[in-house]
Amino acid sequence: MDFLDFLLHPLTLVTFFPLMGVLIILFMDKENKTAIRWTALITSLITFGISLWVLMLFNPANPDLQMVVDIPWIEVAGWEITYLMGIDGLSILLVLLTTFLTPISILSTWTAVEERVKEFMIFFLLLEIGMVGVFLSLDLFLFYVFWEFTLVPMYFLIGVWGGPNRVYAAVKFFLYTMAGSILMLLAILWLGISQGTFSVPELVATASIPGNIQIWLFLAFAAAFAIKVPMWPLHSWLPDAHVEAPTAGSVILAGVLLKMGTYGFLRFNLSLFPEASVKLAPWIAVLAVIGILYGAMVSYAQKDVKMLVAYSSVSHLGFVMLGLFAINSQGIEGGILQMINHGISTGALFLVVGMIYERRHTRDMDAFGGLWKVMPVYAAMTLIVVLSSMGLPGLNGFVGEFTILLGAFGSKVLNNPWFAALAAVGVILAAVYLLYMFNKMFMGPVDKDENRRLFDLNLREIVTLVPLLILIFWIGLYPSPFFNLMEASVTKLVESIQVAAMAGLP
Amino acid sequence: MFLSEAAASGPTFFYLVPLVVFIPLIGLLTNIIFGKWMGEKAIGWIASLATGLTFLVAVLLGVSLLNHPEQVIVPLVDWISIGELQVQWAFQVDTLSVTMMLVVAGVGTLIHIYSIRYMHEDVRFNGDPGRFKRFFVFMNLFIVTMMVLVSANSYLMLFVGWEGVGLCSYLLIGFWFEKGKDGTGNAQAAKKAFVTNRIGDFGLMIAIFIMFWAFGSLNFDQVFAQSSQAAETVILAITLLMLVGVAGKSAQIPLYVWLPDAMAGPTPVSALIHAATMVTAGVYLITRSYPLYNSAQQVQYIVAMVGGITALLAATIAVGQFDIKKILAYSTISQLGFMVAAVGIGAYAAGMFHLVTHAFFKALLFLGAGSVILGVEHGHHHLEHEGKGENGGEHFDPQDIRNMGGLRTRMKTTFWVYLIGTLALVGIFPFAGFWSKDEILLEEQILDPPVYWILIITVFLTAFYMGRQVLMVFFGKPRSEATAHAKDNPPSITVPLIVLAFFSAVAGILNLPRLHSFTEWLEHTVKSIHPVEFNFLAAVVASIIAISGLFFAWLVYSWRYKKLQELPPAQRPDDPLRQWLGPIFTGMENKWWVDELYWAVILNPYIKLSRFLAEVIDWRFWHDWFHNSVIVRGYNSLARFLSGPFDLGFIDGIANGLASVTVRFAGSLRKVQTGYVRNYALMVLLGVVVIIGYLILR
Repeated sequence: MDFLDFLLHPLTLVTFFPLMGVLIILFMDKENKTAIRWTALITSLITFGISLWVLMLFNPANPDLQMVVDIPWIEVAGWEITYLMGIDGLSILLVLLTTFLTPISILSTWTAVEERVKEFMIFFLLLEIGMVGVFLSLDLFLFYVFWEFTLVPMYFLIGVWGGPNRVYAAVKFFLYTMAGSILMLLAILWLGISQGTFSVPELVATASIPGNIQIWLFLAFAAAFAIKVPMWPLHSWLPDAHVEAPTAGSVILAGVLLKMGTYGFLRFNLSLFPEASVKLAPWIAVLAVIGILYGAMVSYAQKDVKMLVAYSSVSHLGFVMLGLFAINSQGIEGGILQMINHGISTGALFLVVGMIYERRHTRDMDAFGGLWKVMPVYAAMTLIVVLSSMGLPGLNGFVGEFTILLGAFGSKVLNNPWFAALAAVGVILAAVYLLYMFNKMFMGPVDKDENRRLFDLNLREIVTLVPLLILIFWIGLYPSPFFNLMEASVTKLVESIQVAAMAGLP
Repeated sequence: MFLSEAAASGPTFFYLVPLVVFIPLIGLLTNIIFGKWMGEKAIGWIASLATGLTFLVAVLLGVSLLNHPEQVIVPLVDWISIGELQVQWAFQVDTLSVTMMLVVAGVGTLIHIYSIRYMHEDVRFNGDPGRFKRFFVFMNLFIVTMMVLVSANSYLMLFVGWEGVGLCSYLLIGFWFEKGKDGTGNAQAAKKAFVTNRIGDFGLMIAIFIMFWAFGSLNFDQVFAQSSQAAETVILAITLLMLVGVAGKSAQIPLYVWLPDAMAGPTPVSALIHAATMVTAGVYLITRSYPLYNSAQQVQYIVAMVGGITALLAATIAVGQFDIKKILAYSTISQLGFMVAAVGIGAYAAGMFHLVTHAFFKALLFLGAGSVILGVEHGHHHLEHEGKGENGGEHFDPQDIRNMGGLRTRMKTTFWVYLIGTLALVGIFPFAGFWSKDEILLEEQILDPPVYWILIITVFLTAFYMGRQVLMVFFGKPRSEATAHAKDNPPSITVPLIVLAFFSAVAGILNLPRLHSFTEWLEHTVKSIHPVEFNFLAAVVASIIAISGLFFAWLVYSWRYKKLQELPPAQRPDDPLRQWLGPIFTGMENKWWVDELYWAVILNPYIKLSRFLAEVIDWRFWHDWFHNSVIVRGYNSLARFLSGPFDLGFIDGIANGLASVTVRFAGSLRKVQTGYVRNYALMVLLGVVVIIGYLILR
């Protein structure tokens, strides 16, 4: 593969194209905010276009990695680290989600971010590179580089453009994530050195790791991912980060960054340590179910609407984890779809919260009431998003939650329908806290003077939300195209776990 | 003739079935998109036309079924397919689903037409004419989701409609979301309805999970085909959990509490959704799942008992209510209890027959009540207009029957149709309710005598509370100025009433004894039912009970009431029963404090627990204390330990001073954490070195 081939490779382009925007913005006058915004937006839109091109090249029937880029990169003392990238049914939707949410987030900052627009956009585009890189890299070392790289722009997005307590939140975000990553790094080093390769497909194919060591490696990787997801009880960085982050930061944080955790479990824990995964699945499921119920209950008791949405992520991501560790095709496919759904619904919820915050500069739910009367378009769109988030059938959230719960209910690995039954209680509780929020803010009388003259959404804001609303209906009514993309890869993964787990039995 | 052509060409019309969903969908999209430029009339008529056309499609399907009574499945597109899980969007046309479609679209059309006028008044009375369009969009959305519910060929698609109608119910109960108690009463009622229904849906969802893993499919046909070979416990679990769903949607014990509050919605909503159609979905679900229930006899008795007790309990509460719509709401719960009791013991035809007749007469009663309310509101406005507002500006409740009386002469049409609805509900020969209720009682008498006796008591109470209502609303003298000035409504209100009154009077012919046309029609789908022979004696017994209920009502509310009127107002009880029954009446009036019980046992503990988790466990303990005291301080101590020797060894007094400053500011989180980052990185490096060193040197 010569340099030009590498440069024009679809996966290279989809990962690094935002760099082009970064370079252009770097040479722009920082006072020319509109031009900077447009540059960033167009860059991210082109990146989205490239990801659609990747989608066209992608063959859903092929369960293996596709469009692989494999270049020797670093060689130290005989250990070869390769620049290895590829895409399959496990990652393609997440790449699309990232490139889809980035322009939407950029659009949401149009009037919300007025200071240091240049730096903001640079960090944002850098963040996109990191995120796409995480989903595409297949060399453990390369993965780790991208994984850590995403921390930096996010740290600054929270720490510079965040709310009053932003520094505390940014540092906490950084440290908690780092704390987990370090264990993963050790595990990566151990794996790479003991097995002689850092390449994930090679490790999956050839590695033979004894069961008890698998458990330790599983736990080391899980430490990094579980903090990122975040799984209960490692979630205490999340409300800080979300509440302090600017809207666009929250959208990307909830929409994509958290998915890096669940994706990590899917790509590495399940694939590399199948025996350990099967053994530990019930424990993960216990944490997932606690997270679902706990997150829902804590959400309900919040006064700040952004906190409510933040805690609802703990609950929703619990569903994803439960699905992944059901280790059957319904559970995992539902889990992957629910990652996308959560990105869409919770992303949209954060956008919606940001829109009212821009108008009222408060997120205290008591400060609102009767908004449906004042802002009917805003209310209608919020309602659809809320319904999607609570899993109303016919909208996207239901398809994901239902398949997850169905998979978990009959999972041979979990072997206990109570996981799903308890998790299903979370579906009731989701209605409780989301309708509480909707009732409190949008229904009731307009009894605060500040709310009487709020203006409804403008065209830009509607344009920001409409793509998300389209997906909410599309996935809810006709999810087949989405399931088709992942089906072959998931089937292969489930089979390989079954084979490995069988082999591991005495 | 168009219809005879349909009959001749037969099955081809089955392929129209997707239209029952798409026509109202087009209706609501038209109103959303173009409503801005249309007048109220146009909006209302488009919505009504959409529902009317849906009814026409249902009629064509019915005609097709006359020629070809076997079920037809019309697939549309794949929905979810993962491994064994294969669910389609597909429509099932059979005599059961088409019966429901006819009821929903038929009654729906009349209510849509009625609503054009009613909502014209209502949006002005409530002070937001802009909301007119929204009402019809929601109503059409209800038709869409209800049609999905009844035309589904699988439990999962049914579930879409099932929760979809719940959403419409939420939206329409909360239609006047800024009204009600403290301005949030209606919004609360809407939320209560949705959440209570979700508790029921939880049961249905778990039932679906069990079904899938037991039968490998969610399609009705495949599930039923395997139900006879399934393990007993599986069937028991499925049917019992499904009953939870039924209790939610069809307002049975213990989840019925949302329905009375649902009366916060505009009256046409109460008629269509909370009386005639949506709440009967549970009855439909059990009938649809008859092969499952037939193979679980223990559960059948439970279902019948739940229905019976619900019927009785709701009837007792209805006796103590003063809100004209609340009385009808409890009556609806009670009548749903009859239907559930019927389908519980396997009398599917009787249950469905009562569902159909009830749709007519209960829709009639609700719309009639709406007409009464409008009339009284008019009287009230008339007075306000003349500057003679009564009660010194106190809030006037146009729904309180204590404010009414004597409307018989003031609202003649409304009175007569209301009377027909009442007689049909009470079960007086030859009105519709007589035939359907009689069939239920007859079957219960044979199959489940305990429930029979419960229902017989309920029949008495039903006659009593309806007699009470009619006497207090239409007879005697007006008890308020507003009522005295009430006038009857224009034809756009009364014509739908007359049509419904006609059907309430004659719908009995659908399933007359000896002919059994409705039973035979359903038998094509529900194979286990058989016509039951009419029993003259049983019919006479039930009729005597009903008439005696009316007679007692007359004794109390006409004869006794007149005497009470002679007392001075201060000593006059608002209800003669209050005097006689004392605390029992208070119990009935307060709905036996079931709502209060739920608050004390479920809601308050949940709210307290959430707050405790959020504020104490999650925030103060986990977020603050654990983070600050354990993680931060722990690392801080470690950092000091590491940096201590380093400082002492290499850095002079100034640096020492700095270090002590750092220590002094240990409480300041930012500094502490900055320190923590640096040391942390050091730890990382050390760890890496150790690991690599070990691997290289081992």
